[in-house]
Amino acid sequence: MTATAVTVTVPAVKQRRAFTAVLRRDLLVTWSELPVFLAQVILQPLFLLFVFGKVLGSLGYTQNNYSDLLFPGLLALTAVITGMQTLAFPLVIEFGWTKEIEDRLLAPMSTALVAAEKVLFATLRALTATIVMIPVGIIVLGSIPWRWSGVPLLALTMVLGSMLGAGLGLVLGTLVVPQRINIVFSLVFTPLLFTGCSQYPWPSLSSLRWFQLVTACNPMTYVSESMRGALVPQVPHITPWVCILVLVCSLTVLLSIGVRGFYRRAID
Amino acid sequence: MTAVEVAELVKRYPKSPVNAVDGISFAVEPGEVFGLLGPNGAGKTTTVGMLTTRVKPTGGRALVGGVDVGADPVRARSMLAVVPQRSNLDRSISIRRNLTFHAAYHGVPGAEAATRADELLEQFGLRERGSVKPDLFSGGQAQRVMIARALMHQPQVLFLDEPTTGLDPAARLFVWDRLRELRERGVTLILTTHDMHEAALLADRVGIMDHGKLLALDVPEALMRGLPGSSTLELSVHAGDNGHTPDTLIEAFAALPGVERVEPLPGDSPEPDDPLWHVRLYVSGEASQLVAPTATLLAERGLSLSGVELGEPTLEDVFIHLTGRTLR
Repeated sequence: MTATAVTVTVPAVKQRRAFTAVLRRDLLVTWSELPVFLAQVILQPLFLLFVFGKVLGSLGYTQNNYSDLLFPGLLALTAVITGMQTLAFPLVIEFGWTKEIEDRLLAPMSTALVAAEKVLFATLRALTATIVMIPVGIIVLGSIPWRWSGVPLLALTMVLGSMLGAGLGLVLGTLVVPQRINIVFSLVFTPLLFTGCSQYPWPSLSSLRWFQLVTACNPMTYVSESMRGALVPQVPHITPWVCILVLVCSLTVLLSIGVRGFYRRAID
Repeated sequence: MTAVEVAELVKRYPKSPVNAVDGISFAVEPGEVFGLLGPNGAGKTTTVGMLTTRVKPTGGRALVGGVDVGADPVRARSMLAVVPQRSNLDRSISIRRNLTFHAAYHGVPGAEAATRADELLEQFGLRERGSVKPDLFSGGQAQRVMIARALMHQPQVLFLDEPTTGLDPAARLFVWDRLRELRERGVTLILTTHDMHEAALLADRVGIMDHGKLLALDVPEALMRGLPGSSTLELSVHAGDNGHTPDTLIEAFAALPGVERVEPLPGDSPEPDDPLWHVRLYVSGEASQLVAPTATLLAERGLSLSGVELGEPTLEDVFIHLTGRTLR
C-alpha cells in the first residue's frame, strides 16, 4: 500500500459516531449527578423568583402583576446563565488544568465537531433547566402567566436563549486562563445578570435612557423581551421578530468567535 | 509502508524568531521502538505534537500509518494513540468507562469494547479497580490506565511521553514489560524520554534532538560506539624487571591502532617486590577489540597482564556530547 492510497477522508458516519459517543458521555455524567445539576441551576432563579415575585409582593413593595413580567425574564436568565456556566467553567478547567478534553480532541472527528458537541450539550442542559423553571414557578408563585398561543414563540426563544448562553460560554471558556477564572466570571456574570432585562421590561427604561442603551447591548435582553412577547404580550416589549433577528445575529458572531477560540486552544 | 515518515518537518510558533522544529526527517518502521531524546525545549514535544495532530506544521510533511497528519488529521487520529506524561483521564467517569468511552469515540462497537476493556484491565493489573474513578489513582496506576486506554482502538502507532517519569521502580518495570509485549505484538512505539537508561533498554533506534534539529539517529550501540574516545580499557600490568618503564609502555600502547590517548593511573601494589602498573586507554571503537592486541604487545615485551576492565560509554555520554552540559 502506498501513502497516497489511504488519503481517503474519514467517512461522515464515523465522525457522527464519535460525536454521539462524546454527547453520550456528557449526558451520562449529568444523569449520574442529576440532583447536583438541578440544585445548581435552579437555586439562583428560585431565590430571585421567591424574593422579588413572592416576598416583595406580599409585603406590598411591588405591584401584584410584577411577578407576571418577572417570570418570563427569569426563564431567559435561567436559559442564558445555565448555558454559559455549563460550557465555560468545565472548558476552562479542561483546557487549562485537567486536560481531560485531550482524549476527545484525539478522537477521529473534526475539532469543530468537538466544539459543536459542547454547544449542543450546554444547550440541552440549559433547555432542561429552563423547562424545569415552569413547575418551579407554579409552586413558588401559585400561578404563572401562560398563553397556549405563545408556546411556539416561547419554545423558540428557549432554544435560542440556551444557545446564546452556550455561545457566550464557548467564547469565555476559550478566552480565559484558569488563573483568572474567578475574576473574569465575576466581572462578566453580574453585569450580564442585571443588564439583561430579566427583572424589568426594556421599553419601560425610556426614562433612564443611558441604561436603556446599555441593556440594548446585552443579547440576553432580547431573550427576556421575546419571552414576554410570548407569555405577557400586554406588557410593553420589543417586537419578537426583532428579538429573534438580533439573537440569530448574536449567535452567529459568538459561535464563530468561539469556534475560532476553540481551535486556537485545541491546536497550536 | 513505514509507520511514521517525517520529511523536512518545520514548526515556527507565531512571534518566535526561531523554528521550534527545524526541518527534521526520519522514518520509523512498523513494530519499531523509536526513542526521541533531547533536553527540555529541544523540540521533541513539538515534533510529537505535530505527529499527533495537536500542532499544525509550518512546513514539511509527516505521515502516520500512511496518513498525512497535516492534510487529514481526522483520519490520522484513528491510526495513533497518545499516552501523555501527566494524567488526562476523564475524572467524571470510572476507569472502565474511560476505556469503553475511548473505544466508542473511535467507533469500536460496544460489545467488542467491553471485552477489550476487561482484557486490558486484567493485563494491566487493574481488574479489581475498574469501577473506581481516576481521582483516587496514584501516578503509576494512572499511567497504566492511560496505556490501556490508548490500546482500546488498536492504534498502529503509540506515542508515549516520558512513560515512566515519576514512577516507583516496580511500576517502572511493569510499564517496561508491557511496552516490550507491545513491541512483540508489532505495535510501533515512539517514546520521548530524558531517561537514557530507559531509551537504551527499550528503543531499537534513538534520535537525539536539540534546537529543533535531529543531531543523531541510530541504534543506541552505534551511537555509543561513534562517540570519540569514550570507550575505555583499563589495564593492570605486572611490571617485571626487564627494563621497561611505564612511560615506554604508554608510548607503545598509544601507537596501537584505535587508541586515541593513554593515561597512567596511580599504581597500587600489594607486594612492593612485584609492582603493578595501571594505565587507561581511550579508544575510538569497541574497547574489547583491543584486549588481544594489548596482551600480545605485553607478551612481546615479557610483561604479563594482571587485570582488564572495559568501560563502555553510555547513551548519556552521547547525549551530553551532542547537547552539552548547559542547564536550560
